[in-house]
Amino acid sequence: MTDISNLSLAELRDGLKEKKVSAGEATNAYLSRLEAAKELNAVITLTADKARDMAKASDARLAKGEGGALEGVPLGIKDLFCTEGTLTTAGSHILDGFTPRYESTVTENLWRDGAVMLGKLNMDEFAMGSSNETSFYGPVVNPWRRKGDTTPLTPGGSSGGSAASVAAHLCAAATATDTGGSIRQPASLTATVGVKPTYGRCSRWGVVAFASSLDQAGPIARDTRDAAIMLKSMAGHDPKDSTSIDCPVPDYEAALGQSVKGLKIGVPKEYRLDNMPAEIETLWQQGISWMKDAGCEIVDISLPLTKYALPVYYIVAPAEASSNLARYDGVKFGHRAKDFDDITSMYENSRAEGFGDEVKRRILIGTYVLSAGYYDAYYLRAQKVRKKIFDEFAEAYKKVDLILTPSAPSAAFGLGEKSDDPVQMYLNDVFTVTANLAGLPGASVPAGLDAQGLPLGLQLLARPFDEETMFKGMYALEQAAGFSARPDEWWA
Amino acid sequence: MAIDKDTVRKVARLARIAEPEERLEPLATEISGILGWIEQLNEVDVEGVEAMASTVDVSLPMREDKLQQGDTGGGQSDNVVANAPKTEDHFFVVPKVVE
Repeated sequence: MTDISNLSLAELRDGLKEKKVSAGEATNAYLSRLEAAKELNAVITLTADKARDMAKASDARLAKGEGGALEGVPLGIKDLFCTEGTLTTAGSHILDGFTPRYESTVTENLWRDGAVMLGKLNMDEFAMGSSNETSFYGPVVNPWRRKGDTTPLTPGGSSGGSAASVAAHLCAAATATDTGGSIRQPASLTATVGVKPTYGRCSRWGVVAFASSLDQAGPIARDTRDAAIMLKSMAGHDPKDSTSIDCPVPDYEAALGQSVKGLKIGVPKEYRLDNMPAEIETLWQQGISWMKDAGCEIVDISLPLTKYALPVYYIVAPAEASSNLARYDGVKFGHRAKDFDDITSMYENSRAEGFGDEVKRRILIGTYVLSAGYYDAYYLRAQKVRKKIFDEFAEAYKKVDLILTPSAPSAAFGLGEKSDDPVQMYLNDVFTVTANLAGLPGASVPAGLDAQGLPLGLQLLARPFDEETMFKGMYALEQAAGFSARPDEWWA
Repeated sequence: MAIDKDTVRKVARLARIAEPEERLEPLATEISGILGWIEQLNEVDVEGVEAMASTVDVSLPMREDKLQQGDTGGGQSDNVVANAPKTEDHFFVVPKVVE
């Protein structure tokens, strides 16, 4: 058998079922790759013992001809998902020592289907960031480098650990979350497939909350098929999340390869930015041609409110975050300051010590826009513009089935290159954030390399709960792009 | 709108985050920069538009009014306090609040 880590998740799943490979072998193969890839800093907590125990149980089930859809498949879990008995940090100092006594629904679903947990993956603190640099545990390094250059690059964020470990074949696939682009932007920067499902498709129960009306879990995987398999297991109604939607989860894998002939693909002119690298524009045009060649009808559309999506997001998300993060007070879990005079200074010092700069900045903005006298001018106005953006998409989807755009406004950039100016960093999510505001499903698929040899992705957006059509489109795009490049394993 | 040092001090207090005096001015500059960028929202006509808090168009589900079992039910006091920095029996211990 070839190197196990080179098998896609689908190939590994089939190999396990046919007993060509055991869960123990697959788990050990990934654990040694994880051990050797410390330089990428993709992992916060490696759970080797747990992984071997889970693999053993999987092998016992497989031996009896039993086992779920992901039986014996080793996965990485973003450290935003609560895992029973395993440290869960959200990339923050304030969650020091937090060992959940319960399991998130999404990870519970994966274990139900037989998957194996390799470890908890690094991320921006509380998922607030686009470069992984806000993590208390230091930035993840992108496995991809510019040609002939050893400058460490960002894997994107916030799911940087998930994207980097999938790109470097340190796990078969990973869980991730997306509040403004945290699945799709890192997927684009690492040549992986990232899927943010419709809001309500995956349960948020047990996922550390950032902005509850925008947060949604999804997979980062090596290809479209692997992402389809992952999402099928992760998704589903959960009575423990009141915004989880009770509707059947289709077999996304079955949608792959179905004809896209006659599908109407919208191309929104507002996603063409003035300062966007020419290569991204060229790749977008290429993507349009690919879809046309596959028999799709290309429709020019206009989404004039696009430029207001990020400003809306930077009111709504910090407002919700300031409320969600009020729970970190040094009383119920995590870090408590040693020095304080009274209960107020205990709160203030614990939070000052426990949160990083970007998290503090967003809590302050959120507190400000919700405070008396400013609520109407900022928060209420943002919610109204959000409604208009939602309506604008609903109108567009009367004319088209999918929308095709670039995933991110640039390829991977150097660590430290954009960290001085928050607004410059926020612009990373310019193409992805609209889907969060409107609750739509969106995905990034690797489509090509730029002149420096760095990957670029294209994004497809679909109607709410129509991930099936999105997967059909993704697969067509993937087939046409024929992307097969891999980063050199300089870290090994 | 630009915000000043005193506003940052007040907001930090509301958010229960201790910000040292020397951080207030730089924070005021950073936050004013972000708010300035956000203010382009004033260009959008929102007359008569309803505010949207959630994209999910369903009413919140109701459940039977009885004690639940499992993670979201009762009898979880050991688990509730398991991660707290300081506890006594099933209580969270905090500095004295009432003199």
